[in-house]
Amino acid sequence: MGIELDHILLRLGQFQLTADLQFASATTTALIGASGSGKSTILAAIAGFIELQSGSIRLDGKDMQNVPPGQRPVTMLFQDYNLFPHLSVAQNVGLGLKPSLRLNKDELGLVKDALARVDLAGLGNRLPAQLSGGQAGRVALARALLRKRPVLLLDEPFAALGPAQRSEMLDLVSQVQVEKSLTVLLVTHLPEDAARIASFASVVANGTVTKPVATAQLFADPPPALRDYLG
Amino acid sequence: MDRRFGTLIMASNRALVVLGWTALALITSVSFGSVLAVAFVGDWNHGFPIGALSSLRFTLLQAGISAVICVVLAVPLSRALACRSFVGRRSLVTLLGVPFLLPALVAVLGLLSIFGRSGPVSGALVYFGFQPLNIYGLPGILLVHFFFNLPLVTRLILQGWSDIPSEQFRLAAQLDMRGANFFWSLEWPMLRRVLPGAFLLVFLLCTTSFAVVLTMGGGPKATTLELAIFQALRFDFDLSAAAQLAFLQVLVCGFSVLAVALVQGKSAFGTTLGSFHNRSDGDGTWRLIADCVTIIAASAFLFLPIISILFTGLPALISGLPNSVWLATFRSLLVALTSSVLTVFFSLVIAQMLNTRQDLKTRFAEIASYLPLAISPFVMGTGLFIMINPFADPFALALVVTVIVNTCLCIPLALRGLIPAFAKARQRYGRLALSLDLHGWTAFRVAFWPEIKQPVRFSAAITAALSMGDLGVIALFATPDGGTLPLLMQRLLASYQMDAAAGVAALLLILSFGLFWFIDRGVRIGH
Repeated sequence: MGIELDHILLRLGQFQLTADLQFASATTTALIGASGSGKSTILAAIAGFIELQSGSIRLDGKDMQNVPPGQRPVTMLFQDYNLFPHLSVAQNVGLGLKPSLRLNKDELGLVKDALARVDLAGLGNRLPAQLSGGQAGRVALARALLRKRPVLLLDEPFAALGPAQRSEMLDLVSQVQVEKSLTVLLVTHLPEDAARIASFASVVANGTVTKPVATAQLFADPPPALRDYLG
Repeated sequence: MDRRFGTLIMASNRALVVLGWTALALITSVSFGSVLAVAFVGDWNHGFPIGALSSLRFTLLQAGISAVICVVLAVPLSRALACRSFVGRRSLVTLLGVPFLLPALVAVLGLLSIFGRSGPVSGALVYFGFQPLNIYGLPGILLVHFFFNLPLVTRLILQGWSDIPSEQFRLAAQLDMRGANFFWSLEWPMLRRVLPGAFLLVFLLCTTSFAVVLTMGGGPKATTLELAIFQALRFDFDLSAAAQLAFLQVLVCGFSVLAVALVQGKSAFGTTLGSFHNRSDGDGTWRLIADCVTIIAASAFLFLPIISILFTGLPALISGLPNSVWLATFRSLLVALTSSVLTVFFSLVIAQMLNTRQDLKTRFAEIASYLPLAISPFVMGTGLFIMINPFADPFALALVVTVIVNTCLCIPLALRGLIPAFAKARQRYGRLALSLDLHGWTAFRVAFWPEIKQPVRFSAAITAALSMGDLGVIALFATPDGGTLPLLMQRLLASYQMDAAAGVAALLLILSFGLFWFIDRGVRIGH
């Protein structure tokens, strides 16, 4: 599912951000930029948490104006608080199927399969507090799998993980992306994360977003904004 | 943050928002209605009623002295607790919350049993050839107010101490700061920030003190406005005088609340255990001795009266109390539980409404919900009396009026816990809930309830306990055989039936703390 940002203008207090670009369907694009540059703001707008000042966002050609976040074809993984602490792992995943959590046998099976897919088989009864950071990320990813939304937005959900676990999670995202033909946007401030799984990358700086180009090419010949950031 | 974010979650349920505004309108009309009622019913053509100005003077005097004594003496106590580590320190700090829940009359009886004419302190004085203590009048009122507010202020200052980053203490140690240097650079800035708020809070609480003044004071020399309102309405049946006195009381409380709001931040009812600082300046032997004496003396002062009540009251309670006690107990439980349920219900609908959006209207609503703080119980009681009188017999509605007043007064307390809890839940899980398309009841159950359940329980518990032990407007309205347990206790005290009074005191003590414990903790165990 392609993502079109058609001359959008976002405003949060004093901060302004404009964007006019498209992310191709079934690709992974990294949004690179310094903290405070507005990377997360873009994702929040696509997910429907922030109103546009002007312009429009289209997913698969459909205008998202007036579509509430829960009904957009989008799943977002946040930096933190992706899981409800009082619900078990299986319940947290089950929310992706039915908010009421009244799951029938088939649906419980689907939850099990999703947990197995992210290598968490057998941990369904645990509470989030009993998981490592990497495992918690996997639970959120398992839920994203069940929701079957074609767009996956990652707002640095693995930022708190160590390098090895982070790479592992990124590889898992990459596999899932290919399997389900997802359109993935990955916010990161680490060039190596972008290089690892994103075929395309955009730079967020100076209140705007550059059009995505092949990641390798971007790093080979960085534009001035990225050069300043990379140092 | 972006507005849609909050709105979408709950505003899908318009009924809830309407309910919130209705709850707010009820509170505001009881509060404002009372002020208007007393303003218009008072007959101002003949000036103030006799004794009004001396009541006003005494109200301000006793509240001012109480606040000064509490603040001055709470500083060394909280300092000792902040820099000494000993077995039972945490429990002691927790127990400092006990007097807040103690029914006023129970405290009065407890303190009388220690400091009264036949108490051990007087006994010792007589033994050494002095006069026994006579604590009725101003000294007694100050003593009880000190008993109630010392722990409150101590906890506030303790919070201030634990808010000083431990790096600052380490820095001070590295720079070898001691004595006055240490005080002026670390402690004084904190005290200067905390003490004015603490002073005003105690002042405000003491201006509305009724039960204490009724039992320890009275007479032309020791009558507060609350007591004067009670006497005007109950004994003289002079509605105009009561209304005039109530109007004065509105001014006193209004200015105090305004001052509190201007001076202090949001930590007025802070309930920290107070982290312990390993400080470099507490090494001197004299400091150690002084701290020990302070802690032991304060503990004895705060807990001996309570223990004494249990010792004298339990035998009377076990050997049997008159039937009127059990009827009054039933009425008190009814009042306490109804007030508790209503307070939680109204606070919840108001808090969730304030949570849905952040604009001028909700800012106003939040301020309006704190309005009852500026209206004392007897002002509200007088106001309700004036409003009900044309339509029904206020005396027949004694319990209903008591429940209304308790609920209005406890809602601001409940909101202090609920509003931040709702905000925290929204900040953490608002987006997640939205993106998972949770709304209405499911959003409440999954995203909000786990975060707010503890403050809800705490509010319910504290309202029930306070309503159980409160002797306030019920005294204004109740018929001789229709009162609550505290009112019955007051009547026993007034007729010098000390054994029965002690038995009722023990019963009140057990019921207040039992209710608090059961609602705040006990239910949790059942989960």
